Amino acid sequence: MKLLFSYLIFPGFLFSAIVGLMSGWFDRKLSARLQWRVGPPWHQNFTDLIKLLGKETIVPVGAKFTFLLSPYLGLLSVVLVAGMLGTNILFPSTSFSGDLIVILYLLFMPAIALILGASASRNPLASVGASREMKLLIAYELPFILSIIAIIIKSHGSIQIGGILSEQLSFGSNIMSFSGLIAFVNALFCMQAKLGIAPFEISEAEQEIMAGVLIEYSGLPLAVFKLTKALMLYTLPLLLIVLFLGKDLSPLFIIPKFIGILIFIILVKNTNPRLRIDQALKFFWRIPLALAILAVVLALLGL
Amino acid sequence: MDLRTKALTKSIWVFHVSAGSCNNCDIEILDCFTPRFDIERFGIQLIGSVRHADAILITGAMNRKSVKRMKKIYEQAPKPCVVVAVGQCALSRHMFRFSYNVDEPLDKILPVDLYIPGCPPKPEAMISGIVKLVNKMRKRK
Repeated sequence: MKLLFSYLIFPGFLFSAIVGLMSGWFDRKLSARLQWRVGPPWHQNFTDLIKLLGKETIVPVGAKFTFLLSPYLGLLSVVLVAGMLGTNILFPSTSFSGDLIVILYLLFMPAIALILGASASRNPLASVGASREMKLLIAYELPFILSIIAIIIKSHGSIQIGGILSEQLSFGSNIMSFSGLIAFVNALFCMQAKLGIAPFEISEAEQEIMAGVLIEYSGLPLAVFKLTKALMLYTLPLLLIVLFLGKDLSPLFIIPKFIGILIFIILVKNTNPRLRIDQALKFFWRIPLALAILAVVLALLGL
Repeated sequence: MDLRTKALTKSIWVFHVSAGSCNNCDIEILDCFTPRFDIERFGIQLIGSVRHADAILITGAMNRKSVKRMKKIYEQAPKPCVVVAVGQCALSRHMFRFSYNVDEPLDKILPVDLYIPGCPPKPEAMISGIVKLVNKMRKRK
């Protein structure tokens, strides 16, 4: 009962969906203000979702059953991550051994869901989007995991979020050390790509491949994908806060940290044009990968 | 007015089709999204795929080639979806009226919900048209 409550309502689905949609609105509003526009009202993302629920759902001829199932795959796994992170922050003693690895795997799933759904839709532009998404996955996943490995080394080999949190509580936030700082910068780049916003929105480039992976989706499945996006916008900054800035996690401190990371993402989004897929691959396999290896080496040296 | 209509009128996603226009109307449509007019504050967005569309903006005179495509695009859009004719060409074929390859005006082909006249129409005219369309949609339900 308590498990269901924490999965569906408080740190889980409902709470994180509301926070995610609000941060999605924050993104749109801040982007609008940066371009000297007024921007949409606060309920805009909720309105979009409700509208999409009321629209017709079209299934293209010959689409496989994964077309309608894959949105839920992504949503369910992100909700699980949000619930796990939330309970870990509230009650650090509930974390189990190896939950960091579970979270890493689950954060993989939305991209997989996008690829599955796009490939099942039998649209050539969607398949272009799916192939781009796969290449992007190959590009950013290695530096992201390496920078988390640096954190694991720093907290004496603990692959448990509770362990990492208690380590930070006694020795200060991970970001205050050299290796932690480098790994954090790195993880910020990778998070930008994982969220799929500019400069790495390559898989759903609206101008060239017309929403790419999402091109055939309409109505309810599209709403589920939008919700997954919103949840990712809540979950990934929270993961970074837990891993790198975990010294003080009371609401007074966690909200400014969250908004700070969000503002950074939005500023990067608004000041950078979209990269080509080969440029993104080159970027991730040169600078962030080198930085991540440097962070791991520094962590091994104890810096 | 139920929740569905209210949400629909508060977040209109627009798919923009040029059926062979001279590009002036298209530029004026893009003007609506600039800081001066900023119709994103009403929840209106330009989107890439017809599958996400709530409104299809059509500019230009419908020549024989684009009629087929236009019908296909209209069938691909998820209903409820409105069709908006922008510019004099889409309304009445304008100066292509006696042209050999423009058979019939747009509203003989698709059910048009809103006409925005002008050559090209001003962004103010488009915004006033959108307001009229929203009022119409809300009254219908």
